[in-house]
Amino acid sequence: MIENFANLFTGFGVALTPYHIALMFAGVAFGLVVGVLPGLGAPNGVSLLLPLTFAMDPVAAIILLTSIYWGALIGGSITSILFNIPGEPSSVATTFDGYPMARQGKATEALTLAFLSAGFAALVGVLLVTTLAKSVTQFALLFSPIEYFAVFMLAFASFVAFGGGSPFKTIVSIGLGLSFATVGMDTISGSVRLTFDVPDLIKGISFLVVVIGFYGIGELLETMQEPLAAKPVATRLDWSAMMRTAREWPRYWLTLIRGTLVGCWMGIAPGGPTAASFMSYGIAKRFTRGNKPFGKGVPEGVIAPETADHSAGTSAMLPMLALGLPSSATAAVLLGGLMIWGLTPGPMLFKERPDFVWGLIASMYLSNVAAVILALASVPLFARVMSVPFTIIGPMIGVVCIISAWTVSGSSFDLLLLFIFGILGFFMKTLNYPIAPMILAMVLGDRSEDAFRQSMLLSQGSLTVFFERPLSATLSVLTIIFLAMPLVSLLRQAFKRNAAST
Amino acid sequence: MSRAPSILFGAMALAGLSIGSQAVAADWAPSKPVEFVVTAGAGGGTDIFTRTIQSIIQKNNLINQPIVVTLKGGGSGAEGFVYGKSSPGDGHRLIFGTSNEWLLPLVAKVAWKREDFVPVAAMAFDEFILWTRPDAPWKTAKDYVAAAKAGAVKMGGSQSKDLDETLVKIFEKAAGIKLIYIPFKSGGEAAVQLAGGHIDSNTNNPAENIGQWKAGQGVPLCVFSSQRLAAGPKVTDTMGWSDIPLCKDQGIPVDEYKMPRAVYLPGGVSPEMTKFWVDVLQKAFNTPEWKEYIERTSQSANFLSGKAFADYAAKDEERTRKVFDDAGWLVK
Repeated sequence: MIENFANLFTGFGVALTPYHIALMFAGVAFGLVVGVLPGLGAPNGVSLLLPLTFAMDPVAAIILLTSIYWGALIGGSITSILFNIPGEPSSVATTFDGYPMARQGKATEALTLAFLSAGFAALVGVLLVTTLAKSVTQFALLFSPIEYFAVFMLAFASFVAFGGGSPFKTIVSIGLGLSFATVGMDTISGSVRLTFDVPDLIKGISFLVVVIGFYGIGELLETMQEPLAAKPVATRLDWSAMMRTAREWPRYWLTLIRGTLVGCWMGIAPGGPTAASFMSYGIAKRFTRGNKPFGKGVPEGVIAPETADHSAGTSAMLPMLALGLPSSATAAVLLGGLMIWGLTPGPMLFKERPDFVWGLIASMYLSNVAAVILALASVPLFARVMSVPFTIIGPMIGVVCIISAWTVSGSSFDLLLLFIFGILGFFMKTLNYPIAPMILAMVLGDRSEDAFRQSMLLSQGSLTVFFERPLSATLSVLTIIFLAMPLVSLLRQAFKRNAAST
Repeated sequence: MSRAPSILFGAMALAGLSIGSQAVAADWAPSKPVEFVVTAGAGGGTDIFTRTIQSIIQKNNLINQPIVVTLKGGGSGAEGFVYGKSSPGDGHRLIFGTSNEWLLPLVAKVAWKREDFVPVAAMAFDEFILWTRPDAPWKTAKDYVAAAKAGAVKMGGSQSKDLDETLVKIFEKAAGIKLIYIPFKSGGEAAVQLAGGHIDSNTNNPAENIGQWKAGQGVPLCVFSSQRLAAGPKVTDTMGWSDIPLCKDQGIPVDEYKMPRAVYLPGGVSPEMTKFWVDVLQKAFNTPEWKEYIERTSQSANFLSGKAFADYAAKDEERTRKVFDDAGWLVK
């Protein structure tokens, strides 16, 4: 451990040159823009700039590219909160309470809380990477498809079981999500499923198109249903609102720590930032005291997903560097970068290129701080957008949605899907079908199906395999407890009613 | 539904062909930004191959237009080929892939045939190695085969009905064994699963498993090639690439199995366009950067273009079709 801190100081020596610091700020600023535009997203932003780094030194290159990633992760929350359109997949859960807060004229508060929490969680994530590098790597090696499946189920159970609302409508929503995830070529059998012979569907349905359709277009249609009063939401633009929020922020320490832990776990496990943010939101909803109206604009509902998202994002760098295992799309692009710069990701990287690894880790401290500072500085600017009347901002959101859906893979078929999903989203909202379980089912559906079928191949068809090893058994039992909790409370209510009627 | 677009594509391809043949004999050069389409996911072998070519072309100013790389890896790369087919006659769009160009249409209902693309060049041939976990009871490929005859041995690989599983089928038939094949999303994943001891073996390319080999988390048993790999520097304290025995010397009669790294153009391009790109890729092939890439990834460099490449593809399709037929994978 002490050795790690000695290494870290060498790392700071590598990272703290004016050139590298300039790269950090440039990367973060570019990342913020990338994050704000839904559909462009961190993976696209990073691969856009990858060719620029061919001529650079690997340390400088990775600092630039990871800074873009941190910027994009933070920027993704901005549109989630202001327009209910997640800029990044991992910001979907931030919309649940962030957007209602903005509608109530508390955009400044929501953005400030989101950025501060993100920064805090990112720093904890890096600290974990610094101190536990070796043991965490060993831990990650324990994960076979059996454990992956258990992790995915746990994430799923912790969000869905605490969701509330009609269970039947939730099941319909999950079913839709799972079927969207099934479209395209299947990893395990190699056959093509649910494509109805449409060539454009072989690549599968892009998660981003679904999110932009259901949230962006769906939200627009719903807003248009209301009488067009063109009433701008009053937003106070003064810095004092920001300062006040910053002072109140430490009061949410419990949510902060819980969210960060969930994120670190999911970053290493590795379930990825998107699943982490959903899981953290579900857990916060269940365990926050005082029956807070989650979904109606409570600060905890912003803090929980933001902390998990960012601690997962940073701690996921560890399996990427030490195992060569990318737990997010952006990490996969970065891995490609490593190979082109002539490095071999994997267990030997820490020994062969300590300057690179520790330079990167040191830069993660600095660039995350830079990201929070830049993001906070932009709050008044973004909050001002809220005071523009809907008659003007509405069409602009529509245009942004279309451009974003196009950017995902430059396919006009995606635009058709966008409108289908938008209309579907409108009806689901009007008829009170929850959309979030569908999104989570899409994120986890494909991966958990693969993991389940790989497990079945490994165990030759025995289901007890999920309970045979300590790690998977613990996770599976937790999943069952989480799923049983709403049933237990339902039964208890039924008993009470029975007792009252007799 | 599927009928109309393919007829449309056909018509467009014909139109492209006629325009192409009318083109004047003058040398062709790209007049707008060029797009490199990667028919695989980010960070995989094809992505790195594409970006290496991109960086060589940029560094050496081999063309005077910028290059944009687009990732179209959906459906084992089908997304990229469908996308490439949608612009017949366009010399500004190159498709980077492997033998998936002719293998995918055999196993899945996809919207193209081998003839829909113009093969430009195959530039590198990646090797396949039988890797095992270091704590496995077998130490040689012979012992591995014996163990597989006696009991269940788990084999991991990248994707299903793709190059890895095809090799496993050939391997099983040659050695007279049956393995439990578990498909993962990528070779990298199969390497980590092997390091964790969750599977017994995989058939990764050298570059996919070198990190684990160095760290003692994976051991090569034999290489599916007709000659030993190039020596290069030692990978571990005692072994280098050339110390890996040949599978055929270990009682596994698989003579050779390689994966080409290849570049295609959409159908209907003019011969001048094809010639231009063959020249550019040939120049890139002769750079020290390319040599360094080949050494680092332990592939064999071999430049095939024109008829040589087309013949190679036809022969490979012939051989693989038989394997697919035996396995019952051929799409009707």
